Amino acid sequence: MKKILIWLLVIVFTASLAVSWMGCKQKEEAVADSITIHWAQWAPADNLQALSDGFTEETGIDVIVEQTPWETFVQKYNVEMIAGSDAWDIIVADSQDVGNMAINGHFVELTDFVKEKGILDAFLPSAMYYYAEYPKGFERYWGVPVEGDALGWAYRKDLFEDPDNMAAFEAEYGYALDVPESWDMLKDIAEFFYDPDNEFYGVAVYGDNGYDSLAMFAEQTIRAYGGDLGNFETFEVDGYLNNEGAIAGVDYYRDLYQFVPPGFGDAFFVATNDAFISGIVPMATNYFAFLPALANPETNPFADVTGYFTCPPQVGVDGVERQSVALGGQAASVVSYISDEKKNAAFKWLEWFAEEETQAEWATMPGSFTCHEAVLNSDEFLSAAPYNPNMKESFTLFQDWWAVPQYDEMLRTFSEILGAYIISGEGTAEGALQEVTDIWTGIFEEDGYYDPDFDPNDF
Amino acid sequence: MNNNPRKKRAENMAYRSMKDTTLLRIFVLPVIILLIVMNVFPLFWSLVLSFSDYSAKKTTNWGVNPEMIGTENYSQILSDPKMWNRFITTAKFVLLSVGLQMILGFGIALLLHQVKFFGKGFLTTLLILPMTMSPVIVGIMWKLFYNPNYGMFNMLLGLGKIDWTTDPNFNLFGVVIADVWMWTPFVMLLSIAGLSAVPQYLYEAAEIDRASWWYKFSRITMPMVYPLLLVALIFRTMEAFKIFDVVMGITGRGTTAPQLLSMYLYNVGFVTWQTSYGSALGYIMLIMIIAITSIFIKYLNRAKQ
Repeated sequence: MKKILIWLLVIVFTASLAVSWMGCKQKEEAVADSITIHWAQWAPADNLQALSDGFTEETGIDVIVEQTPWETFVQKYNVEMIAGSDAWDIIVADSQDVGNMAINGHFVELTDFVKEKGILDAFLPSAMYYYAEYPKGFERYWGVPVEGDALGWAYRKDLFEDPDNMAAFEAEYGYALDVPESWDMLKDIAEFFYDPDNEFYGVAVYGDNGYDSLAMFAEQTIRAYGGDLGNFETFEVDGYLNNEGAIAGVDYYRDLYQFVPPGFGDAFFVATNDAFISGIVPMATNYFAFLPALANPETNPFADVTGYFTCPPQVGVDGVERQSVALGGQAASVVSYISDEKKNAAFKWLEWFAEEETQAEWATMPGSFTCHEAVLNSDEFLSAAPYNPNMKESFTLFQDWWAVPQYDEMLRTFSEILGAYIISGEGTAEGALQEVTDIWTGIFEEDGYYDPDFDPNDF
Repeated sequence: MNNNPRKKRAENMAYRSMKDTTLLRIFVLPVIILLIVMNVFPLFWSLVLSFSDYSAKKTTNWGVNPEMIGTENYSQILSDPKMWNRFITTAKFVLLSVGLQMILGFGIALLLHQVKFFGKGFLTTLLILPMTMSPVIVGIMWKLFYNPNYGMFNMLLGLGKIDWTTDPNFNLFGVVIADVWMWTPFVMLLSIAGLSAVPQYLYEAAEIDRASWWYKFSRITMPMVYPLLLVALIFRTMEAFKIFDVVMGITGRGTTAPQLLSMYLYNVGFVTWQTSYGSALGYIMLIMIIAITSIFIKYLNRAKQ
């Protein structure tokens, strides 16, 4: 009788264990039948929607890529996250926002996920650092890079290779007209072509300072001439943003801006592409993701004679040569406020998206740039578009803006104060940079970043 | 189904015994609740926030975010020289834009009222079209008109390459022109209504007395139209103070846009998420608008008397 009782107990115990394990397993594997991804309204988002059809075929999970115009994109997802909304399961957010999203608990931490799935090893370390890591240097990850992007250049080969232009340029500047090998050379070329009487201008660069366009271009010249935005690990700004190199970089931007077409005070990606397409400038800057329009003969009459180059290096005021490219692009993160079923589906999508095969397909779509190292180095990627080799080169050079939660206030002060000097000519570069340095230092001071016991990882 | 006639009668009696005022309260209650939740509470809540240091972007933690800081936001706003420049720019915009709208609107109304011609009704309808458009569309449309490279505004007026959208010397005028274009018909419409209401016999009596045109205008037309013009002035002043959409469409929100208070309020409130600071600025603007419209309303009441 006792034996039977023991056996019965063992059976009941085993059965209950099996049932609860199955229950857990079932709960763990419960996956929603659709996910919604939020991104900005542009060609790569259309590509992502088309690409995700493959995921739907494979898993049966529907993917909706909801797009918001760039003008309100960042605000929209911030408002939704403040409200704890579950409207989207994945947000492909700007790299600067990673700190804010991590600290305020809007995004799910993906450190274990990116390690387990091999994403951390497969993707470029620089991409993981800038797009997904917060705090910087602490190896905590919050996203999977979706769109790698950087500022690059398009130029008119027919004008650069024109024998008359070449001879006139060499006579005036003492060296051959060619693809710019330094920022100084780029300015000389802009000056050379600048001919407002004939409605032809020297260069198309950003003038808009409503969001980050002017700031992103400025950070390149500041760094190239020997300055910096600060130290991302110690949060020191003084000595970086207000040094001689930074002043030279901002002065350079102001000088270069004198050669843009009229009405460029609010120029962003549309305006620089438009100026190039309408044939009023010999070269224009833009994020690589916007360059497919220039490579397409249907949208650019000069597509056949359009060449591309990477942001050039520059010997700074200290005699050291530096090359810096401003980073664009975004990473995909999972929203904290969604159900477990939705999270499971979102993780499935992330895992699928990070696969080499998916990344290879992604890289062939116009304007979509992978951060997957093997795909990026493949011949297929390098030959897929004429600007892809420059994009690949830019990946080794790009640097980002501050990604701390205070970035928006820092960005606004920077854009406002430097914009007033660069675009409107108010004050001096030195004065503007000192003002920004003081404000940024004040922001960090007020939020305790300089306290001896401050730990950026404590959240 | 209730077929019991007694019960039915009792129910009817209950309805009948309900007072009109009770019924009224029942119907009004949902609206009152909605107003309190959607309007009154946010208004008072933003007033409380204006005395604190709070950012909607950060996690709410009482004592830290928000932290009550008294009148610091208000004193910071009022002691900032850049902010005073914004006040001046906004005042310039309101004066220029509303002033031109009043002059042009009333002038066009006078012309339309006095001159009789074929197709007058159709022309009036055409003239009011701008105010029926979405302000954002108007902004974007004027941005294209103003483009120094291909826009038709400079081209038609032979103004060369003037940059009406981002040049600090011209951008305020660029916005004023668009706003005047859009809202002059509103003043015109109210003026036409006022002019049509002037009794014809007053003019006939003045004609008999051989009164001059100026006498008829200053003693008959203006006093009769004055209250409606004041109404137009009140509406346009209030709207001009908080203009946002047209400016956003034309110049964007960068520093090359005219530094109007409403644009700055948007930037601090929804770009950098300085919620408390933005609330304080909102209240300062509210007080300014209330003060100015109170003066106009005082004149309006006098005109009625």
